[in-house]
Amino acid sequence: MIEAVLTAKPRGPGAARLHAALKELEYEFIRLMRTRAYSLSVLGFPLMFYLLFGIGQRSSAAAQYVIAGYSCFGLGSACLFGIGLGIAFERAQGWLELKWASPMPRLVYLAAKMAASAAFALIVMGLLIGLGVTAGSAHVSLTQAAELAAILLVGSIPFTALGLLVALIVPPKAAAGLINLVYIPLSFASGFWMPVRMLPQWLQAIAPALPTYHLGRLALGVFGLASGAHALEHWLVLAGFTVLMFAAAWITFVRSEAKSP
Amino acid sequence: MSATAPAMPAPAEPAPLARLREVTKRYGPLAALDRFSLTLRRGEVTALLGPNGAGKTTAVRLLLGLTRPDAGTAEVLGRNPRSSAARTAIGAMLQVANAPDSLSVREQIELFRSYYPRPLATAELLNRTGLAALEHRRFGTLSGGQRQRVLFALAICGDPEVVFLDEPTVGLDIQTRRQVWSEIRALAAAGKAVLLTTHYLEEADALAHRIVLIERGRVARTGTPHEIKHSIATRRIRCRTRLTAAALRELPTVTGVEADRDGVVIYAHEPQRVLRAMLPLDETLSDLEVSAASLEDAFLALTHTR
Repeated sequence: MIEAVLTAKPRGPGAARLHAALKELEYEFIRLMRTRAYSLSVLGFPLMFYLLFGIGQRSSAAAQYVIAGYSCFGLGSACLFGIGLGIAFERAQGWLELKWASPMPRLVYLAAKMAASAAFALIVMGLLIGLGVTAGSAHVSLTQAAELAAILLVGSIPFTALGLLVALIVPPKAAAGLINLVYIPLSFASGFWMPVRMLPQWLQAIAPALPTYHLGRLALGVFGLASGAHALEHWLVLAGFTVLMFAAAWITFVRSEAKSP
Repeated sequence: MSATAPAMPAPAEPAPLARLREVTKRYGPLAALDRFSLTLRRGEVTALLGPNGAGKTTAVRLLLGLTRPDAGTAEVLGRNPRSSAARTAIGAMLQVANAPDSLSVREQIELFRSYYPRPLATAELLNRTGLAALEHRRFGTLSGGQRQRVLFALAICGDPEVVFLDEPTVGLDIQTRRQVWSEIRALAAAGKAVLLTTHYLEEADALAHRIVLIERGRVARTGTPHEIKHSIATRRIRCRTRLTAAALRELPTVTGVEADRDGVVIYAHEPQRVLRAMLPLDETLSDLEVSAASLEDAFLALTHTR
């Protein structure tokens, strides 16, 4: 389909790069969709939780909360499993090395994984809003949906950075378990599941130190459900976290490259 | 090895397409390569042959730009292997445990084609690698030999000038191996430079214009398969004799002695001198047989693994 858009035969370097990037994105998305362990759990869990906990909410605000929270949860699992697990496996199997020996632009590899994961997050959001508006009591305007989508798209960057670091430090066979072990409590403590003020006191104290908490606040802010800090503060925390994760990933990568025979 | 006659010698000194010059690469205290040089020329298959851990993979990774030398230079088309001009001129078949197994053969090939400015047509690739009937199969459902053929297709899909094949026929049945061999010959005939690493000595003998023997990160010897075999000028004498191995080792030009079933095998540069010395010492000498050492014998003798 994407090929049809780029019909010009002799490609310049810029067009060639774009072509390679779109091809990579298209096939990464197909790969993830066909990997049932991924597509079923990333799309299925937020929907299942919504049906369990969201559909019965009487107030629109509560239903909006669940949509925002589970969308963030969906984004996190899409990125951590799509990027973290994906790269960890391709690295362990020698596939990454083969790709890096090819002329594939290296940034395209990561960007395609990020965009494909973000696409899954947007599908999750769309399904949640669809369910919430039709079967639930949520009111979501088009502007709100667009705003939430934009936040999820930008929010995929810090999760990509975290996923990349996970891929580089975690043994691939243990990656899925470890991601769950870290991510489920992280999303819980960040208010993706229920408002932070309903959590135990000590968790409430920790929450602002978690990058995911700030993403959650931004998503809730779309519906006017986050009071307190200014949005800019949340974006700054996420930006700082992203830089930190990419730096750590870069250092880890350079070290492993020097060691590997 | 007359059935697998060595490839025709290439014309003298064609242009180098890729080279390692005096390269040293260390991993910690261990030098994987130690002032190692290698030149890949247009229209030539170069076989890099050596025991495990000798530095073959490190040499390939340096030319692919996957790692940098500590000293010396790596060049492809006269450029840094990491430059985009060099990378679009390279195709590689590496040892891969698995590929994303949810993509089909055709999809995988189309993806790699998109990385190159002037790729070969997908249909041509499928036909040349015998994958046409398998194009819609997912990678995960392919046999080991079929996977190797997909990886070979990915290596050549960009119509590269320099092709790296790391153990390309490992795990292939004899028939498929011969197919890959003829494709490798076709690459050289089309003017590509091919670097082949292999454990199959027969393969190097059959395909390579030049063999580079590598041992502990250094070039142990280099030459045509014919030269490698003759440079050590080893003949193989098989016979039954009363003489002890220790006594045989003392004979002129003998390089090695080993027991072989009920007889003994003696490796020597000049078998006639050995026999002249043996005959007066042992009147029971029997079942005498003198032959040229195979490439495998030469290889083992050179790399001291015997």
